[in-house]
Amino acid sequence: MSSIVDLKQLKVNFQIRQGFIKEVIKREKKIVKAVDNIDLSIKKGEILSLVGESGSGKTTTGRAILQLVEKTDGEILFDGKEINNKSNGYMKNFRKRAQMIFQDPYQSLNPKFMVIDIVAEPLQLMKIKVSEEEKIDKVVKALEFAGLRPGKDYLYRYPHELSGGQRQRVSIATCFIVSPDFIVADEPVSMLDASVRADIIKLFVEMKQKKNISFLFITHDLSLSWLISDRIAIMYLGKIVELGKADLIAGACRHPYSQALTSVLAVVGDRRKRKRIVLEGEIPSPINTPSGCRFHTRCPLVKEKCKIEEPKLREIEEEHYVACHYPEIIK
Amino acid sequence: MKNENILEVSNLKTYFKIKEGIVKAVDGVSFSLKKGESLGLVGESGCGKTTTALSIIKLLADNGYIEDGKILFKEKDITKMTESEMLPIRWKDISIIFQGSMNALNPVMRVSDQIVEAIQLHENISDKEARERVTKLLELVNLDTGLIDSYPHEFSGGMRQRAMITMALACNPGLIIGDEPTTALDLMVQAQIIDLINDLRKKLDTSMIIITHDLSIITEICDRIAVMYAGKIAEIGTVQDVIFNYKHPYTEKLIKAFPNIYREREMVESIPGFPPNLLDPQKGCLFADRCHKKIGEICEKVDPNLIKVGGKNHMVACHLWEGKDE
Amino acid sequence: MSSNINRKKVMKKGIIRFIDIFKENKMGVLGFYIIVFFLLVAFVGPLIYSYNPQEFAKGGLIAPPTKGFPLGTDDMGRSILGALIYGAKVSLMIGIFATLISVFIGTFIGIVSGFAGGKFDSVLMRITDGFMVLPKLPLIMILAALLGSSTRNIIIVLGLTGWTGTTRLVRSQTLSVKQRPFIERAVSVGAGKGYIMFRHILPNVFPLVFSNTILVAAGAILTETTLSFLGLGNPLVPSWGQILRGAFTSGAVSIGAWWYFVPAGLCVILLVLGFTLLGYSFDEILNPKLRRY
Repeated sequence: MSSIVDLKQLKVNFQIRQGFIKEVIKREKKIVKAVDNIDLSIKKGEILSLVGESGSGKTTTGRAILQLVEKTDGEILFDGKEINNKSNGYMKNFRKRAQMIFQDPYQSLNPKFMVIDIVAEPLQLMKIKVSEEEKIDKVVKALEFAGLRPGKDYLYRYPHELSGGQRQRVSIATCFIVSPDFIVADEPVSMLDASVRADIIKLFVEMKQKKNISFLFITHDLSLSWLISDRIAIMYLGKIVELGKADLIAGACRHPYSQALTSVLAVVGDRRKRKRIVLEGEIPSPINTPSGCRFHTRCPLVKEKCKIEEPKLREIEEEHYVACHYPEIIK
Repeated sequence: MKNENILEVSNLKTYFKIKEGIVKAVDGVSFSLKKGESLGLVGESGCGKTTTALSIIKLLADNGYIEDGKILFKEKDITKMTESEMLPIRWKDISIIFQGSMNALNPVMRVSDQIVEAIQLHENISDKEARERVTKLLELVNLDTGLIDSYPHEFSGGMRQRAMITMALACNPGLIIGDEPTTALDLMVQAQIIDLINDLRKKLDTSMIIITHDLSIITEICDRIAVMYAGKIAEIGTVQDVIFNYKHPYTEKLIKAFPNIYREREMVESIPGFPPNLLDPQKGCLFADRCHKKIGEICEKVDPNLIKVGGKNHMVACHLWEGKDE
Repeated sequence: MSSNINRKKVMKKGIIRFIDIFKENKMGVLGFYIIVFFLLVAFVGPLIYSYNPQEFAKGGLIAPPTKGFPLGTDDMGRSILGALIYGAKVSLMIGIFATLISVFIGTFIGIVSGFAGGKFDSVLMRITDGFMVLPKLPLIMILAALLGSSTRNIIIVLGLTGWTGTTRLVRSQTLSVKQRPFIERAVSVGAGKGYIMFRHILPNVFPLVFSNTILVAAGAILTETTLSFLGLGNPLVPSWGQILRGAFTSGAVSIGAWWYFVPAGLCVILLVLGFTLLGYSFDEILNPKLRRY
C-alpha cells in the first residue's frame, strides 16, 4: 500500500448537551455531524493539507485519525490496516508512528515540565529503553533538528521561559524524537507571528524530504498550505468539496466554494484587479445542514438539482476530485 | 478645522512600570491622520501598536503612562487629559473596536439595548430616536434589522463583529480605532468585513486607524501604513510606497513572510533572532542584530530617525537611506 | 550525572525565587514566624521547662502567677505554662496529621472524580455533598464517642471528615486543567489515564492543594481544640483544648482566673492565625495572576 492513512466513509458525530428535560424526557437529540462521510487517502511521504473554515470538520478529522475522538462510522486505515484501538500493544505502536502537533504553543506544553522531560516523555511512555546519556543525546538531537541550538541550553528550561515559536519547536522535537511515519499538524503556526512561521513550516518540508514523514496539515490559511503541500483538500461543513494538487487548487479550482475562497485571499502587494467572489451570509449550522448540496444556500451558481441531490466527490480529471453537479460550468 | 489633520501624534512615549523596571512599549512615535483617511499600524507582537492606540484613547493599564509626547485630536491636546475630561470624547469622538470584541458584548443584554446604551451615555436623545439610529446603522453594516433584539449568543462571530462596528459608529465619531478587526474570523467573513469597512470608508467621513499583524489585509483597507518595530515606527507612507517601494529591511522581511499565491511558489522567509527586550533596550537601531542589511557600527550605536525618502510623505528610520533622503 | 546536577540547579533556583517572592509578602512571613515560634515551643520547650501532668498540687489550686509558676496553676495544681508547652505539641501534631489525611483523601478523590467525569463523577460528588452537608461537629462527636478518645482516633476522625472542601477544590481545578491542550498531547503520545492524572494533572493542581492544606490545618487545630474542650479528647494528654476544658469545668472562668483560660485561648487563636495567614499568602503567590505565560 502506498497510502499511510485511508479514510473510508468516515463519520464523526457529536451530541450536544441540552437541558435535562429535553434530553431525558423529550428525547430530543441534537447531533452535530462534524465529519460526514468523507473518503481520503494520504500517500506515504506526502504533505496533504486540509483547508476549511470553522465548522468544516478539518480539526475533527485529524483528531479522529489519531484516535483522540471516537469515530461514529466508517473506516480509518493506518498503513493498510484498520486501527485497533482496543489493543494496548497495537496502540503503543500506533502512537509511536502517528503523532500530532497542536495549535496553541502556549497551552500545549505542561508548564510544570522542563523541556527535557517534555521531549523525552514519548520515549518513556513508549517504553523505548535508553540509558540516561542516550536519552539526553536523543533529546538534544531532536531539539537541534527543530532549530533550537545549542540543544543542551534548552534542556532545563520551562515553557514560560520560551517564546511561542520556540515552544512550537519543542512540540516538533517531541514528535521527531520517536521518528514517526505520520504527523497531523493542527494549525501549527496560526498563533505565531508571520516572521516566525516560515522556519516552522520549512521544518515540515525537511521532515518530509529527509525522513519521508507524511503530513496532514490542517489550516484555514490557504496560502500557507499551498506553499508546502503536495495536495490540498477543501472541506465545507463536514464534507470534502475538492481535492487536487496544490497548484491546481490554488490556481484552477473548479468547485464554487473553492473558487470563492481563493478569490478573496488577501495577498500583500497584490496589484492584480481580480474578481472577488464574496459569499453572502455565513456557514450554516452543522446541526441543521442544508439538504442536497450543503453549499447550495450560498452558491452563486445554484440550480434546482443542487437543492435536492447531494453531489458525490468524483474525479473530473486526473488526480482532481470535485463534489459538485456542475463543475464544468466554472472556468 | 483649519488643519485637515484630525489626529497628530508627536514623539509619543508610553512606558509601563513593572517590578523589574520600565518597559518602553512605545518610544517616540509620530504620525498624523487626515480626515477620512485610513492608517494601518502594522507590526508583530510586542511592537507597540496596540499600546499606541490605547494611549490615544487613554485606556492604558494602571501601570502605563505617557512619559512624553503630544497627541492632538481635532487640534485639541488630549495628552494630559484626565479621565473625566476624556469621558465625553471617548466614543463620541474616538471609538475603538477591541481585539476579539465579539466576546465583549454583554451576554445578558439584548444587542439593541447595548448599542442604545452606548448612544445615550453620550447624547441626550430619547429611546425611540436612539433605536431608530440603531436600525439605520444596522442597515449600514448589513445586519438583518429583524435581529436587532437578539442576544449576543444568538449571533454568529461575524454578526457580532458587525454589531461591534455598529456600536463604534453609534455616536458618529471622527476617528475609529480597530484593533485586529478581522483576526479570529473565518476567511469569508473576513472578506465580508473588509468589504464593509471599505464601504464605510466611502460613505462616511470617519478616519480610521487599523491595527493588525496581517499585512495582507492592510493593502485592502488602508490608505497609509506605519510599520512598527520595538516601539518605534520603522517605515511610514502610502500603501503604494511602503509595500511596492519598501525601504526598511524589516518591512522587506515582513512582506516576504507572507506567501503570495499569485506568484511562483517561493518559500517564505523567517527573520532570525527575537524581538528585543523593551525593558532595557540596547543602544542604536533595535533591529540591528536581526538586520540583513546592516551597514556597520552606526547601526549598533545610533538610533536612526525618521527621514523623508520621496514618494508621498514616505519616511523611513534606517541608516541605509541617510544621505539619500530629500 | 551532569543532567541531574543541572536539573537540581534549576530547581534550586526556582525555590530561591519562590522564597524571594514569599519574603515580600508580609502577611505570609508573619504567619510563618508564628508557626515557627510554636514549633519551637512544642519541641524545644519541653527540654527547657519540665512538666509532668501526673504531678498534682505542686502549687496552689487555680493559683495566680507566682515565681515558680509563671502562668499560675490549674485546678489540680499543675503549672499552666507547662501544660501550654506540652499542649502545643499535641495540638500541632493532631492538626498536622489529621490535615495530611484529609488532604490526601481529598486530592485523590478530587483528581480521579474530575478526570473521570460522567456518571462516576456525579456519584462521587453526591457522596461528597452528603459528607459536606452532615453537621460536622455532631458527626465527629459521635465518631469520637464510638471509637474512643485516643489521640490516634481523634486524628483519624478529623481526617475522615475534613476532606470534602479539598475534594471540591481539587475537582474543579482538575476539570479546568483537563481541558488544556497539553493533556490531549499526553494522550497522543501514549499516556494512560493514571499517568495523566498523577504526572500531568497533579503537578498543576498541587499549588492550589498546598495553600489549601495550610488552611485546612488551621481548621483542624481549631476542631481538635473544640473536641477536647467538649470532653471528647484524651483527658490524659494535655492539649490546649483540655486546658480550656479544665478552666470551664472548674469554674475558673466565673472566678476570673484569667491565667487559666486566657493564655490557652490566645495560643489557639495565634496558631490558627499563623496558619491562616500563611495559607492566604500562598494563595496570593501561587495565584495565576502572577504566572508569566
